[in-house]
Amino acid sequence: MYILVLSNNLQTYLVIGALLFGIGIYGMVQRQTFIGMLISAELILSGASLNFMAFNRFLAPDPTVGQVFTLFIMAIAAAEAAIALSIIIAVYRNYKSIDTEDVVDLQG
Amino acid sequence: MVSLLTVEGLSGLLFFGFIGITLAGAIIATSARSLIRSVAGLALCFLGVAGLYYYLNSPFVALMQILIYVGAVCVTIIFAVMLAESSELKQVTRRNVLVGPLAFLASGILTFALAGLALKTQWRSAPCLVNRGTVDNLGQSLLTTYSMSFELISVVLLVAVVGSLVLARAGRDK
Repeated sequence: MYILVLSNNLQTYLVIGALLFGIGIYGMVQRQTFIGMLISAELILSGASLNFMAFNRFLAPDPTVGQVFTLFIMAIAAAEAAIALSIIIAVYRNYKSIDTEDVVDLQG
Repeated sequence: MVSLLTVEGLSGLLFFGFIGITLAGAIIATSARSLIRSVAGLALCFLGVAGLYYYLNSPFVALMQILIYVGAVCVTIIFAVMLAESSELKQVTRRNVLVGPLAFLASGILTFALAGLALKTQWRSAPCLVNRGTVDNLGQSLLTTYSMSFELISVVLLVAVVGSLVLARAGRDK
């Protein structure tokens, strides 16, 4: 049963990270609301952190570097979510909509 | 060779459960029609990723993942959905019908390229480890080697909090 030891394999985590990244890109292009795009951005960030953690576990000589990096990614993602959501609230107050197709005042 | 009825076999099976939770949550988060459901899918995906972090020898980062992402970020997004989403679901789409398939194609190519690169490369492991990467080591390096970044990230968070307060308060009497 070789398949049961996949959790001890670097490539497994890299492929999962790539899948999360791809799903996030798909949502980013296909979503039509700002909050949906923010959710996709969080998915992309978590794919990147998963890659960092996998390299940290299997390849890094100092196994704290990737953990510190992932903690910093979490802090940045929290700050980004707070700023983006308050911008979304402000946009909703002005346009009464969070649809990306409605906020086109600068479109020529 | 690992049998299913040993500790290693059962933990390998649980690992597949975490992979399934992660990918199912991500797919729900991008394809659900209502935003609340997609936030719930995001929380599910973050729980799965926390389980994967646990398998990567980092229980502290797994705990922080649950605490920050599921506990803070998802709840904040739910607040914004409650404040901003209009009650009636708009079904009119004024966009090109090609956007969905093209998005699928682009993300598929990107995922295929990244996964193929990960599988084809010969990864070389580190010759020796300077520490074991436990919570003790993590705290020490966070407060010695990375203390400057630690302080900077506190300033960034403070600026983000003040900035989001200013942004959300401006024009409230409209």
